[in-house]
Amino acid sequence: MNLLELKNICVDIPDEGDNKAILKDISIEFESGKIYVITGPNGGGKSTFAKCIMGIMPQNSGNVFLDGEDISDLNIVERNKKGIGYAFQSPAKFKGLKVGRFLELARNDSGKSITHTLKDVGLNPDEYLNRSIDNSFSGGELKRIELASILIQDLKLALFDEPEAGIDLWSFKLLIKTFKRLNRFTDTCIVIISHQERIMDMADEIVVIDKGEIAQMTYKNKLLSILNNNDLEKCQMTCCEGGEYCGERG
Amino acid sequence: MAKEVDQAGKSLLEVIADTGKIPEAMNVRLNGHSCDRKVSENIDICNKKEKPGINVTIKPNTIDETVSIPVVITEGGINDIVYNTIDVGAGSNITISAGCGIHNDSDGCSEHDGIHEFIIRENAKVKYVENHYGEGNGSGDKILNPKTKIEVMENAIAELDMTQIEGVDSTIRDTEIILHENARIVVTERLMTSGNQRADSNIDVNVEGDGASAQIISKSVAKGNSIQNFNMTLTGNSKCKGHIQCDSIIMDNAKVASTPKIFAANTEAELIHEATVGRIANEQLTKLMTIGITEEEAENIIIEGFLE
Repeated sequence: MNLLELKNICVDIPDEGDNKAILKDISIEFESGKIYVITGPNGGGKSTFAKCIMGIMPQNSGNVFLDGEDISDLNIVERNKKGIGYAFQSPAKFKGLKVGRFLELARNDSGKSITHTLKDVGLNPDEYLNRSIDNSFSGGELKRIELASILIQDLKLALFDEPEAGIDLWSFKLLIKTFKRLNRFTDTCIVIISHQERIMDMADEIVVIDKGEIAQMTYKNKLLSILNNNDLEKCQMTCCEGGEYCGERG
Repeated sequence: MAKEVDQAGKSLLEVIADTGKIPEAMNVRLNGHSCDRKVSENIDICNKKEKPGINVTIKPNTIDETVSIPVVITEGGINDIVYNTIDVGAGSNITISAGCGIHNDSDGCSEHDGIHEFIIRENAKVKYVENHYGEGNGSGDKILNPKTKIEVMENAIAELDMTQIEGVDSTIRDTEIILHENARIVVTERLMTSGNQRADSNIDVNVEGDGASAQIISKSVAKGNSIQNFNMTLTGNSKCKGHIQCDSIIMDNAKVASTPKIFAANTEAELIHEATVGRIANEQLTKLMTIGITEEEAENIIIEGFLE
């Protein structure tokens, strides 16, 4: 059985007295233990797609199923309790809230070690546990704390919105390593919004979202080749199913 | 008139006067009268002759001692004005705790106006902790109007930690600070108001001596229909450094006015002010919700961290 199933999902936002469709009748399935990369042009609906799964931007119509259970009406907190987590592209700062306390809150009852998790994201616990998550943190440090807030949970589905944005090369290498380890040692389904070729290279499946619609690719190498040729339009018009490249869509 | 601290008073003392250690010297003022006093070899406490209040005299070079002078009001209809003078001897290193707690179950107003004058002599180091707190089921207001005047002499250091986070209906806090050569002060003020409460805080810092520095940090949370008004003035009359930071979180229908003012009367004065007023950011709430915390809990966690 699929871990997550989205059926006919539509998300609209109010736009000058009218409704603008951000996601248009999206249906897709995700399996446990796999890495999915969501890519596509800016403004195409990628972040909305991930926020819809987390419940941050709930669907206007359609259904979301997790382990066969309809979670369409559940809010963000309830969806997290069911095992969904979200790493933000621009992590929030919390003046006065210390790293240790933040991770303790995120840990809930997973029983995972805060110090080990900090080490896993390349931060020295002695230096960071009692630091407030405020303006003194660099973008890269904030991203690492955000990553730690995901790793310390026991998640069925982890959503990452552009995890590579705003981090240095060293942090990027650590990020790749972290995804690989998470994928190797857990059954967590990893969904990453990214434009990065090296992140796409880890994917079991790559999903292209543009203009609120989906073009699902299972033939990763083909997609990468198309992207390398900058032929995104062709990429958006193609669809592969069953692991085989099947050419342009009608 | 109660002569001993009852259970309500003891609970208040735990909130306002717990510095984590037993004080070497103390004076507890209950419902307008001193009810318990302890002095040490180095710290003397005696009543003022001309008006209500005490003189606390700390001998020079008193090291690692604590003096606690809490005020507790457990009766309604009391308007207690007290004048305290604290003289910290040169070279001392001490902690002073001076909170005030009101428990008012009556319909009458309970008010305490604590007027404190500190002189912190040369090379001394003082940590001053002030907790203000109100509770009780009566409809009578709980009012606290502290006036604090501090003169920090050459090379002395003062750290003021002033907190009022619950239950005080109305407060006007006036704090006046004078810094002499190479003196240093760090003031941290934390305020939270709710319901129809009102809080005014006026801090006036005059830096007179070369090499002196002042850092004023004010953090507040205004909830419900409460009103807060901050006036922070930092005057540099010397080669000095000064920084005012005044941050407020505003919620519900609350109102916050924040007026930081810096006045430089010396070309070598380096003065900075910063003031922010804003609601809790949505991205903060959303992040905490994505780790399983309800919106209400998330608000409390953010406020707790902000006031920390």
